[in-house]
Amino acid sequence: MRHRRSKSMSSVERPVTKPRPVYLNLVRIRLPLPGIVSILHRISGAALFLVGLPLLLAWMQSSLASPESFDAFRAALANPLAKIVLIGLIWAYIHHFCAGMRYLLLDIHQFIELKPARQSSAVVLIASLVLTLIIGVRLW
Amino acid sequence: MVKRIVVGAHYGLKDWLAQRLTAVAMAIYTLLWLAIAGYYGSVDHELWQALFANTAFRVATLLFGLALLWHAWIGMRDIWMDYIKPTALRLTLEMLTVVVLLCYAGWLIDILWGAR
Repeated sequence: MRHRRSKSMSSVERPVTKPRPVYLNLVRIRLPLPGIVSILHRISGAALFLVGLPLLLAWMQSSLASPESFDAFRAALANPLAKIVLIGLIWAYIHHFCAGMRYLLLDIHQFIELKPARQSSAVVLIASLVLTLIIGVRLW
Repeated sequence: MVKRIVVGAHYGLKDWLAQRLTAVAMAIYTLLWLAIAGYYGSVDHELWQALFANTAFRVATLLFGLALLWHAWIGMRDIWMDYIKPTALRLTLEMLTVVVLLCYAGWLIDILWGAR
């Protein structure tokens, strides 16, 4: 990408204001890796608020109420659908956590060059998927 | 990098900082949970209740909940600001977010300290 840009910069006969296509079409935009991590950070955050919080509180309440409701809660978790939702929420939490840590590092000027920024976003994406997979396998 | 002069009221710096500080607080609480899970392995109801009977753990959980409430408010407000352009609808959604979060806070306090 950098190479292509330097090539186009060297062409002198280019007009100063070249009409450029504006792709606000979400299907045509190709997000770079940090952009993908960023939008997933937002989506996971919204999911944690909309789905995770009420479920977490409901689970907390039923698991604490009595030994019977604790067992009922464990039995409910044995349902494959409940497990899928739980694994989804665990991914959302881990991804939001890891991407958030990356933002804290960016805030203190770590990995802010293009290449380290791309590498760290790849680390966040892969690490949260691998951690979710490990927890998911143990949970199942 | 944009060099901005941060002056005047309502610049959002306070929210930006609060979002990061609450994130650090929640990260510490998450590590506490990982330590507990690593120490005990599996959890039965007796241990679960004993854990939540501990006042220090209850207070830590309440602080986590309050940090989460504040953090979620800033994050959801950002999402509404970015995508919902009609002012009336955006303000309604923002208000609903605040109400829901305050209800969750009340629910959490009830779970932690309510009669069992």
